[in-house]
Amino acid sequence: MVANLKLWRLLMPKPKIAFYWCASCGGCEETVVDLAEDILGVVEKVDIVLWPVAMDFKYKDIEAMPDKSIVATLLNGAIRSTEQEEMAHLLRRKSQYLIAYGACAQLGGIPGLANQFPLEQIFQFNYEGGPTMANAQKTRPQVTTDDQGRTPTLPAMHHVVRSLDQVVEVDYYVPGCPPTPRVTRTALTALLENRLPPKGSVIAPDIALCDECPRKATKPANIAFTEFKRPHQALMDPNLCFLAQGVVCLGPATRSGCNAACTVGGMPCTGCFGPTSRVRDQGLKILSSICSNIAPKEEGEIEKVIEGIPDPVGTFYRYGLAKSLLRRKATLPSK
Amino acid sequence: MKPIVPKKNEPIRIGYYICHCGTNIAGMVDVEAVAKYVATLPNVAISRNYKYMCSDPGQELIQQDIREHRLNRIVVEACSPLLHELTFRKATEAAGLNPFYVQMVNTREHNSWVHTDRTEATRKAMALARAAIQRVPHHKPLEVKKVPVNPNVLIVGGGIAGIHAALTLANAGKMVYLVDKEATIGGHMAMFDKTFPTLDCAMCVLSPKMAAVGSHPNIHLWTYSEVAKVDGYVGNFNITVRRKPRYILEDLCTGCQECVDACVFKEPKFPDKFNLGLGKRKPVFLPFAQAIPPVVMIDPEVCLNFKRGKNPDGTHTVSDKCKKTCVQACGDRKAIDFKQTEEFKNITVGTIIMATGFQIFDAKRTPFYGYGVYPNVYNALEIERIINASGPTEGELIMRNGQRPKKVAIVHCVGSRDENTNRWCSRVCCLYSLKLAHLIKEHTNAEVYNFYIDMRTPGKSMEEFYNRIAEEGMHLIRGKVADVYPDPNNGATGRLVVQAEDTLTNKILKIPVDMVVLGVGLEPQPDSENLRRQFNLSCSSEGWFLERHPKLAPVNTFTDGIFLAGCCQGPKDIPDSVAQAGAAASEAFALIDKGHVEQEPNTAYILADECSGCKSCIPLCPYTAITFDEERKKAIINEALCKGCGTCVAACPSGSIVQNLFEDEEIFSEIDGVLAPVPV
Repeated sequence: MVANLKLWRLLMPKPKIAFYWCASCGGCEETVVDLAEDILGVVEKVDIVLWPVAMDFKYKDIEAMPDKSIVATLLNGAIRSTEQEEMAHLLRRKSQYLIAYGACAQLGGIPGLANQFPLEQIFQFNYEGGPTMANAQKTRPQVTTDDQGRTPTLPAMHHVVRSLDQVVEVDYYVPGCPPTPRVTRTALTALLENRLPPKGSVIAPDIALCDECPRKATKPANIAFTEFKRPHQALMDPNLCFLAQGVVCLGPATRSGCNAACTVGGMPCTGCFGPTSRVRDQGLKILSSICSNIAPKEEGEIEKVIEGIPDPVGTFYRYGLAKSLLRRKATLPSK
Repeated sequence: MKPIVPKKNEPIRIGYYICHCGTNIAGMVDVEAVAKYVATLPNVAISRNYKYMCSDPGQELIQQDIREHRLNRIVVEACSPLLHELTFRKATEAAGLNPFYVQMVNTREHNSWVHTDRTEATRKAMALARAAIQRVPHHKPLEVKKVPVNPNVLIVGGGIAGIHAALTLANAGKMVYLVDKEATIGGHMAMFDKTFPTLDCAMCVLSPKMAAVGSHPNIHLWTYSEVAKVDGYVGNFNITVRRKPRYILEDLCTGCQECVDACVFKEPKFPDKFNLGLGKRKPVFLPFAQAIPPVVMIDPEVCLNFKRGKNPDGTHTVSDKCKKTCVQACGDRKAIDFKQTEEFKNITVGTIIMATGFQIFDAKRTPFYGYGVYPNVYNALEIERIINASGPTEGELIMRNGQRPKKVAIVHCVGSRDENTNRWCSRVCCLYSLKLAHLIKEHTNAEVYNFYIDMRTPGKSMEEFYNRIAEEGMHLIRGKVADVYPDPNNGATGRLVVQAEDTLTNKILKIPVDMVVLGVGLEPQPDSENLRRQFNLSCSSEGWFLERHPKLAPVNTFTDGIFLAGCCQGPKDIPDSVAQAGAAASEAFALIDKGHVEQEPNTAYILADECSGCKSCIPLCPYTAITFDEERKKAIINEALCKGCGTCVAACPSGSIVQNLFEDEEIFSEIDGVLAPVPV
């Protein structure tokens, strides 16, 4: 019987899985490798049909596949270029489950911080005005160019960076920058064993990080901020709650599931697991929580305290700006 | 009637009603167009416009529709929910539907009253309607909870208003805590000589009431005390009162004043606050003869048994260098305690009456009248003390130079009705100035000149009083005094010249007088802003405590269970203060008698499984309703304490606090609705 089962498994086609990356740094790809020997178990059970970082495939191979023939695509990275948008649509069509893998696909991530600036300003700085720029001809990337009678094309940049679900329908989210091996394993196991949670779920506990943070007990009930420091500006107590030390920690506004990797490692949470299911805008929530607890009540005094946060957008919206309620309507490209 | 509980998955059926409010709304909003538009919106089963929704037939219309059209949500677009939310909730409940399925849209105060363009106002009415139509499907049935009302009452301030309110409630058998920051009750009224318009002696009518307070078994009288902390909510306020040390044990002092006679200071040497510094007292003193409680106090700043000056923490140190003849005189009564420290008392009350009074305008802020510069310029309150038989001159009108005035000018509206000082009319100055004119004439037979801007004498018997005083031969000059300066011909004597334009004859008058009396206006107490914060009240821009509604809730505040009496709400005379104190007492009594308050169920609650125990919410609650459960490591909200302010809900970083009637879905749907395009 056991032998028959093994034989049956051998003969049955293995589920097809795809990994793809858009606007991202490559860290998410690294996490798949970080599964270490567990990756072997995954590879054994699935058939990887697309993984540009590790193997060679052509887009036309994907196009040729029947729709929904890929069981799941784990897509990391935000959507910035037309090519990324095309691939998102293509993989959506070919996959039964499209999984936003990592903070950039889920929330826009670090690339989403570019939404603070118009595209023209970004090009201007990066190709002309930047201090290390030497570009007398002011050459910029073009969508089409004439090159000895041929006209090669490049993907165009969108006006804004978007999360994956702002472009196509997404089935599940695996959070993190990058996702930890644990949440990755949980997601893959759920997928392979067909024990999937309700559609739209984030594969992480729906409770904030403080719940699993070993520093939780040291947070006072009457927190009142008189100043803010960044971790490099003071000697940090390794056991005391960061907020109690005047260091902005996004733990209270961020999903748990990372085993408090940062706070255990001596750094405050920066919010990469995103908000809980009950919160639409992580940055607004932590902002209103921290601001409500600033000790001074006079305007001048309050300003002195918040001077300790020199980059509020980068602090509170490090990963969530693209999905934020802020200016969302104004900055989406018009069709 | 059996309550209608919508079944799960039962389709939403909204009844929408826009009120004409006569022409208040229909005059600026095309109510028919709005109703027609709303009829096209999703989930709307019926959409109507009606002349007066708050009328009986209007309410009946809703009830009939609930029954006939099986409505399970109601939206009424009319006036402020402050006025009629309860009306429509009750009407809906009477038809068997949970009252919290009702949403009101305020299209009168927020729209028709403030706009002038009918098309735009109509569009706005549509947008507001759509917001409510999109919100109301998310409403859930809620229950009103009843919270018991503690029958004890705190009254802050022991002037005539506080005294009257205290006696009214105490006589009805309620326990009253009367707190006054001064050493005695009586307030400003105790300082007055006679009162207008009857010219009866102020103390003759006040002192029996003061004595009644002092001996009333139902009144805890705490003078020389201040409210230090206010927690809780209507029905259950937790109050901490700071009792400042008077270095006399109140229970043991009999008020015999033998200690005052025995004091090592043979003569009174120190300025007497009650007489505004015009008289002198000893370091141990009774504020005035009829003070209640009749208990002396020691001023540690000047008593020889204390070191001069305060410690950094505000306390005084005993030097023990005095012979303490006072202690010997007190003898076995042992009422003097130099080691007394401040004491904190915790009490629970169900209702609070604020009767913190006023301060007089500081005439130094109008320097052209020379107050504080020329010794013969007085403010009106100083004159009250001088002509009072118990005052520093025992009722003789003698000026600082020892002479009796032959000519006196009384200046009305000092610090009032002036853009540079206070804009308001202080309401009592014309009348008390006429009263002082009469009293000065009676005491000295001096010539009295009243300079007024307008003579304002409204109220029962007031105009008659004015006529009576006018007939007594006063000079009544309609003109604002521009300047007061030393008489150039008679400077050394301290004579002054009052310069004003008589606006009835268009002549500049320069009248030499011996004495100038400034009819200073009334101002909010200097600590009213602190009190406002402490008691969570609102203030008008001038700083007077704000009543809930100027006409219909004149003694209520925006904080349930706190009422206003007397001049802390605005300038008023004694009859009005007493009337208001009676009203405040009966409002408090009504709550106590009912025994419970119905609590709006817009309270917040913690999703226990989702709370990460980050404690962000705990210090924010103004009602201390949130505590931390150390066992489960989660926050808990005491629903009975929650007032539904929403502060914790906004601040919960993981969205784990939900507020009834203000759930995220309700608010976001409302925002989506109000921003959705409406037909032109």
